[in-house]
Amino acid sequence: MDFGISEEQELLQETVRGFVTNECPATHLREVFDGESGHDPELWAGMLEMGLGGLTLSEDFGGAGLDILDLALVSEVLGEGAVPSPFFGHTVAGLALAWGGSDEQKASWLPRLASGDVVATAALAEAENRWQPEQWSLETDKGTLTGSKQFVTSADLADLLVVGISGGDLALVERSADGVDVTPVEGLDRTRRVAEVNFDSASCEILPGGNRVANRVRDAALILLAADSLGAAWNLIQMTIDYTGTRQQFGTNLTQFQAVKHQIANMAADIEQTRALCWYAAYAQDQLPDDAPHAAAVAKAHITDRAMEAARDAFELHGGIGFTWECDVQMWFKRCMFNRTVLGTPEIQRERSAALAGW
Amino acid sequence: MNLEYSEEYVAFRAEVREFLQGWPLTGDEAQLPVHEQEIRFRRRGIERGYVYRNFPRAYGGSEQTPDVLRERIIREEYAEASAPGDSAGQGPSMLAPTLLELGTEAQRERFIAPTLAGEISWCQGYSEPGAGSDLASLQTRAELQGDEWVINGHKIWTTTAHEADFMFGLFRTEPQAPKHAGISYLLVDMKAPGIEIRPLREMTGASMFNEVFFDNVRTPAENIVGKRGEGWQVSRATLKHERNLIGDPNFMRRAYLSLLQLARDTTRNGRPAIEDPSIRQELAQIEGFFMSLEYTGARLLTATARNEEAKVILPMMTMKLYGTDLRQRITRLALDLLENRSLIAPTEEEGSHGAPEGRPGTWTADYMSAIAISIAGGASNIQRNIIGERALGLPRDLRTPK
Ligand SMILES: Cc1cc2nc3c(=O)[nH]c(=O)nc-3n(C[C@H](O)[C@H](O)[C@H](O)COP(=O)(O)OP(=O)(O)OC[C@H]3O[C@@H](n4cnc5c(N)ncnc54)[C@H](O)[C@@H]3O)c2cc1C
Repeated sequence: MDFGISEEQELLQETVRGFVTNECPATHLREVFDGESGHDPELWAGMLEMGLGGLTLSEDFGGAGLDILDLALVSEVLGEGAVPSPFFGHTVAGLALAWGGSDEQKASWLPRLASGDVVATAALAEAENRWQPEQWSLETDKGTLTGSKQFVTSADLADLLVVGISGGDLALVERSADGVDVTPVEGLDRTRRVAEVNFDSASCEILPGGNRVANRVRDAALILLAADSLGAAWNLIQMTIDYTGTRQQFGTNLTQFQAVKHQIANMAADIEQTRALCWYAAYAQDQLPDDAPHAAAVAKAHITDRAMEAARDAFELHGGIGFTWECDVQMWFKRCMFNRTVLGTPEIQRERSAALAGW
Repeated sequence: MNLEYSEEYVAFRAEVREFLQGWPLTGDEAQLPVHEQEIRFRRRGIERGYVYRNFPRAYGGSEQTPDVLRERIIREEYAEASAPGDSAGQGPSMLAPTLLELGTEAQRERFIAPTLAGEISWCQGYSEPGAGSDLASLQTRAELQGDEWVINGHKIWTTTAHEADFMFGLFRTEPQAPKHAGISYLLVDMKAPGIEIRPLREMTGASMFNEVFFDNVRTPAENIVGKRGEGWQVSRATLKHERNLIGDPNFMRRAYLSLLQLARDTTRNGRPAIEDPSIRQELAQIEGFFMSLEYTGARLLTATARNEEAKVILPMMTMKLYGTDLRQRITRLALDLLENRSLIAPTEEEGSHGAPEGRPGTWTADYMSAIAISIAGGASNIQRNIIGERALGLPRDLRTPK
């Protein structure tokens, strides 16, 4: 029994953290955030160089062969930096292929995903908040796919889409295929741009193991979002400590006021206590298949919800400036909003976790 | 990370479980008074090395090599069997470790073994009417006259003072010294002449705490723990043990499971309440808090085992605040489930330690007690100060100049 992360895992986090601090400080993040594309090719190239294109993919395919727990630890650090990149969709698509693809599909795509020669993403949501595999409705007909997907992350950058279809199946579609149309949407979180993707008899390939692994892929994605929120919330707490530690009112720093100190202490208590839940839920994906779906639903609901509360407090403690576009708080605040809603709000996840617990 | 127990520990768990088949006692022993049965079974646990592992054999412990995993297994199995293991009383859990750490040899020999065995019971005399959160402002005086301390003053909120044989308490012995430096930690016989105990009645209807008045009460000079004027530091050691007690996740697990049971047993619109969408939402939210706390417990355990406590300062310091808030959430939902049944006053038994689990009155009393424990042992606002100042480096409160 050992409930803690290893030295290697700490080192992994430190390495990614060092990279994020150097290559994506808030000043730089701001440029990308306000920029047209929301993408920084150099930043993404650096992430790929660190192996973030295929962290969990097998070493046979050029991946790092790590676990979902490692992925969660990296996701946390990317949340700390609100790092804009195709990481989320690319990772989820990679897991779908690795778990549900045929040998041929894997051999053909995974090495290029790991290297980043191919950027992939996952197209899951449909109209009316239909995120879950059992709600997917797109139909295929003789190797072609028709229908529409929403809130697809980094779709404009992607070469390959893993698409959730009816029966909880997964299909592969190349972005360059005829009948694939990507329409960027003005998304709230400018660090992860989204688009609507329409398929009109676009040629597709089914992942043979798709419907067997779709839930597992979704659960891993829930962990990624929860971990990202944990990191984002910590950064908001740190920003709030820094800001209130220098902002002067009534002749002294704001942190000198107990109401402010207590609000920050509450944020820290609330968020730090969720770290162990995040670790457990990620570890369950790797080692405890029976509890994995339930743990993922609880972690996603709880952590993204608590993080949103911390973000709300961070905003409030910045005063009027916290409401401005210019203030950095919004970049993490919106990151938290995104994580909270994508793949199902806390309410949806709580209903799922209740059902999974047999309540 | 690895949540599996190795073979050695699996075998150990089986061994503990088998031993616990011996509880409750049977035959002639089952006829003994409950307290006596507990003392007997505890003694057997000590012989086996399951109980009081951190105390030397010479002082009535079982003197085992520290092993947090074995300790966890023992706690879990004893909780499951509701068997008497390490006593949660203030004597065994607070005073005995303090004496072990800071007492004289004579004090250890005299007090630790009977305290662990349950033969001497204790109460904690810290708070006074004028000294609560600002404990160091306490005024109850102890003056050394010959080879005795003579005590005058007034303690309050003293839990179980009416049952205790002894008090460990804080008294002002150096009135000229600055406030923290003028306090000593003394042990006082509760049967000593001049002590008057007045029970206080809590809002639950039960009477667990008391006022204690001292009128020229005498206690031998050697009943001081640590040096004169060092009582504050000695009490910090005790308080550390108290907070550990309040943050105990085993305790929270029982409350959480009991809440789930209540939601299953209660009916709403003709169906079990656990099927009601709004109840499910609140329960699932509580589960998020509960799992966070539970795995934070595991995280702290591992950090201790790895000798990496410095890495877990923040989760450790936030445990009491988080745990007491959660307990309030749990009991509040219980009230929602009970509806009108929560309008009936709890009985005295339901408001007291060891109340029968799951009864409406126990929940109602627990709703109130949950708020009380967020005050006891350092109120929530004081916890927030500690988290802010010691874990996050925020400035200390401004003090009003005297
Ligand atoms: C169930 C129970 C059992 C107890 N058992 C014992 C016992 O066995 N022995 C013993 O000695 N004592 C015991 N106590 C007393 C307990 O330690 C005190 O109640 C506690 O320390 C708070 O002191 P107080 O009651 O005087 O409240 P106060 O100190 O007057 O505090 C009142 C409120 O003001 C807030 N407050 C106080 N100071 C500050 C500050 N600086 N900043 C912000 N907020 C502040 C507190 O958070 C609290 O909410 C017990 C209390 C309870 C409720």
